[in-house]
Amino acid sequence: MANASRVFAALHDPTRRAVLERLRDGPRPVNEIARGLPVTRPAVSQHLKILKEAGLVSDRSEGTRRIYYVDPKGLGAMRAWLDQFWDSALSAFAAEVERASKEEKK
Amino acid sequence: MSTQIRPAPVRKNIFVDASQDHAFEIFTSGMGVWWPKSHKLSEAELDAQIIEPKEGGRWYQRNLDGSECEIGSVAAWEPPARVLLIWQLNAQWTFDPDLKTEVEVRFAPEGSGTRVELEHRNLERLGDSAEGFREAIDSSGGWGALLKLFAEEAAR
Repeated sequence: MANASRVFAALHDPTRRAVLERLRDGPRPVNEIARGLPVTRPAVSQHLKILKEAGLVSDRSEGTRRIYYVDPKGLGAMRAWLDQFWDSALSAFAAEVERASKEEKK
Repeated sequence: MSTQIRPAPVRKNIFVDASQDHAFEIFTSGMGVWWPKSHKLSEAELDAQIIEPKEGGRWYQRNLDGSECEIGSVAAWEPPARVLLIWQLNAQWTFDPDLKTEVEVRFAPEGSGTRVELEHRNLERLGDSAEGFREAIDSSGGWGALLKLFAEEAAR
């Protein structure tokens, strides 16, 4: 998984995909997200943290609760796309460095 | 704005078996060679991708028909250790003079080669243009289609 992007890594876990699916219909607090999922609430919070770091969800305070929602502007998707873009660009860069180095040694 | 999302910067690093000078040179002068060909900015055939080697320099693509497409500019030019580029392409992959995101690339000697670290940041500035981007990739059935794509990629 060393080269997999953070977003792909975030979504690799089926529970995290389930968590994200539950936010498709609108913002929800943790306890509602956790309801019906086969994991504990702290585990759901941990999954939300990883999704947040990947730019896929965000949160806001409502009284004493934290409400989670899928990024409304699609920035998570854009970020994921750029993440993938730089992955392939840097791989191509490394390949070119290697090719040019071999050329020099000839 | 409490509902604004702030995506984490995209951070990448890769080790290349080459000197710091050489890695910097290929990254900047050689960008046209390695830049994914699928990511050109115009219908015209791409001739070269150019980073002018100075602070304030242009970063652009030149096409075989003579036309040019701006990508951004050079904010810091510190060979062979660092280059800071300003990326002004929006989610529709077109140049937007009002949009400024930063791509910082650092080159550090490591063992027999060079560690190249890249950070693309200020992604929240892509804000409004990303909305259309989401719609574009969303067309085949919503967020779920994207998730499926990720799941497939992650499982490879």
